[in-house]
Amino acid sequence: MQTQRIVNVGVGGQGNLLASNLLGQAALDAGLPVVVSEIHGMAQRGGVVESAVIIGEAKSPIVSDAEADIIVSFEPVETLRILNKAHKGTLIITNTRPLPPFTVAIGQAAYPAPEDSLAYIRRKVKNVISFDGQALAEQAKNPLSLNMVMLGALFAAGNLPVPVKSIKKMIKANSKERFVAANLQAFDLGFAAAGGGN
Amino acid sequence: MDKLLTPGGGKTELLLGNEAIVRGALEAGLAFATCYPGTPSSEVPDTLYRLRKAEPDQAQYYFEYSTNEKVAMECAAGAAVAGLRTLVTMKHVGINVAADPLMTLAYTGVNGGMVILSADDPSLFSSQNEQDNRFYARLSGLPMLEPSSPSELKEATKYAFALSEQLTVPVMLRTTTRVNHAREAVKFAKLPKAKTQVEFKKDPFRFVTVPAVSRQLHLRLLKVYEQAQAVSEASELNQVIGKGKLGVITSGVAANYVFDALNDLDAVGKVKVLKLGLTWPLPEKMILKFLKSCDKVLVVEELEPLMENAARALAQENGVKVKIAGKGPKLFSRAYEFNPRLVRDVIGHHFGFKYKATKALDLADQPALPGRPPTLCPGCPHRATYYAVKEVVGTSAIHPTDIGCYTLGMLPPISMADFVICMGSSVSSSGGFARATGQKVVSFIGDSTFFHSGITGLVNAVHNNHNFTLVILDNGTTAMTGHQPHPGVDTEKIGDPTTHIDIEGVVRSLGVTHITTIKPLKVKASVEAIKAAVEYEGVSVVISQELCPLFARRVAPKSRKPFEVRLDKCQGHLDCVKKVACPAMFVEDGKARINPLQCIGCALCAQICPENAILPVKAEA
Repeated sequence: MQTQRIVNVGVGGQGNLLASNLLGQAALDAGLPVVVSEIHGMAQRGGVVESAVIIGEAKSPIVSDAEADIIVSFEPVETLRILNKAHKGTLIITNTRPLPPFTVAIGQAAYPAPEDSLAYIRRKVKNVISFDGQALAEQAKNPLSLNMVMLGALFAAGNLPVPVKSIKKMIKANSKERFVAANLQAFDLGFAAAGGGN
Repeated sequence: MDKLLTPGGGKTELLLGNEAIVRGALEAGLAFATCYPGTPSSEVPDTLYRLRKAEPDQAQYYFEYSTNEKVAMECAAGAAVAGLRTLVTMKHVGINVAADPLMTLAYTGVNGGMVILSADDPSLFSSQNEQDNRFYARLSGLPMLEPSSPSELKEATKYAFALSEQLTVPVMLRTTTRVNHAREAVKFAKLPKAKTQVEFKKDPFRFVTVPAVSRQLHLRLLKVYEQAQAVSEASELNQVIGKGKLGVITSGVAANYVFDALNDLDAVGKVKVLKLGLTWPLPEKMILKFLKSCDKVLVVEELEPLMENAARALAQENGVKVKIAGKGPKLFSRAYEFNPRLVRDVIGHHFGFKYKATKALDLADQPALPGRPPTLCPGCPHRATYYAVKEVVGTSAIHPTDIGCYTLGMLPPISMADFVICMGSSVSSSGGFARATGQKVVSFIGDSTFFHSGITGLVNAVHNNHNFTLVILDNGTTAMTGHQPHPGVDTEKIGDPTTHIDIEGVVRSLGVTHITTIKPLKVKASVEAIKAAVEYEGVSVVISQELCPLFARRVAPKSRKPFEVRLDKCQGHLDCVKKVACPAMFVEDGKARINPLQCIGCALCAQICPENAILPVKAEA
């Protein structure tokens, strides 16, 4: 089978590691070979958090520059920052809601206008899906479910060998009882936003 | 029941490398475990702690967070010498702290299997250096295993206990971040009943290392080394995969990159790989045979050229003409971790295989991106302590600091870190800075780090009449590595049967006379206390006491009362934003604003605002 290299990027607290872990478990549930990798520790105090899921026969736990098949970004500036992992055929799925770093808050740096960033990305990469994922998470009544929204979009557009029922099973098994419905709704909203039909 | 405690075998679970170590240890009948946490090793002890606490009937081993790595190593040594199967875990630099017991424990050896985890961090994701701890196997003479993936890691951990008992010495398990923090399907085997108590049989001529005994023990270790080498030659962990006249020697996580590269380069069948899992002692005969069968050999190992140098020595000694390469220009670097593309490029270039790689995007015209460095959390009390100290000493004092979240105080606008090299160095180096410069020195150390290795430095400072102020940032937990308990933790809060040791009592007993305990979120009183401490001639200590808010949320939850900026009062001085840089704050239309979802209501900014424009959010009418 074709190896699929997926990179998830976001900011500490957005649930990116959980998204990768769930995708890994779903792949295992579907009987597919999978490796997941993540970075813990210092990186998590509000910094950039990156994880990778590699589905297929590859053994390497990480994705090199210019070799991501899919990049799922939870934050627009982080989409720009992770472009070194992309090539022109990479599918990029990005949330458009900014989460400005404190360097912007204290006036040390400027936050590029989201529409300019998006235009830039579209000039470099052919296949870009963008939407306000945070709005969808809020619509699902769990503002912390952005990771579920992004997973939904990935399943809609990523042409993954993992069936939706496997990921839904893992979302159910790994969500607190009171968040199960909201998380599944968030997944569905992300799925629809990325053009997935029923 | 937690999946890791599944008694039967056969199940396959997606495990983090560090969870795989735990499962492997349990499958080996783990009886005793100690550690000092540190990335990338922390999930091993944290998982052991969690399981032991949640399911004591299933998880019957003894577990402790030790004060530091040396203590962890020695405590584990006691249990292993007595005869229990024992695991001790730490990050790579922790082995430096534990190197003293390690070197002589290699002489005495152990009765029960003892496994020492050294979790290395190439590329320094969360460390102060990227030293290559494979040197420690060579230095101590102890065997070393170097698995490549979580599934190998589980098997290697389990095997390490058996190997340790077979050879009667501890076995080092060396991992790197990309093995510790990878997840992969791992197949479970059955859990045995662990033996958790033994009777110690005295043997002073083996375990009391006076010179006359140790002279014999060194010979014993050399004999063990010979046996270990025979094991290494015969081990299934060391194997040749594939065929061809071109050869690659590799180990650890790099082996994965090699196999993927050979697939991509369509070089399977042309290049054979000597993959080593038991990497010390090296299987010299096996390596020699491999060298003889190749025209060209490339050694693919992260960090130092240890296998490469060994291969070169073997070739020279035996007159083998094969060309050996590894580190060098257009080859591999001694710095940083590898990745699949890098390894593919070097193998392809060195052996002459073509590959059409995807082209990197031209990002030269990319707009400047705002940095997103890690930062102290909203409401972190360290921010308040730093603010108060700066109010007193400005930017002129020297600030030796230490290892923990508060190291982030190096970033602007706080910018209050001038020197850090290792755990405990803040206290000890302060005396040097103060004597050498005559400048004001105010140093910082966290509570866990203080217990780890700050106390001896403070004893030295008092004894030698140094002149500086030490600020102990006591947030009641080991925050950076994930809120592990330490000797100063309020054990009632976490429901542990351990004992709470009072930092102020310790400091006083060491002979420090000027001690003040402050509540950093009370800014005015803190500034006054710090002023008095800094003016004091000699060693003064300020204990800044406030729970880490992330920890507090778990153990002592309070309702959050966020603050807001009253825009009618705000004059846009932005002192709040410029001086403390709380991530909950941002600037809009020249005025400070607070994100109510992030603000926890610590009120630091409210006390700084000259206009008193920052007030608790008004309840909705």
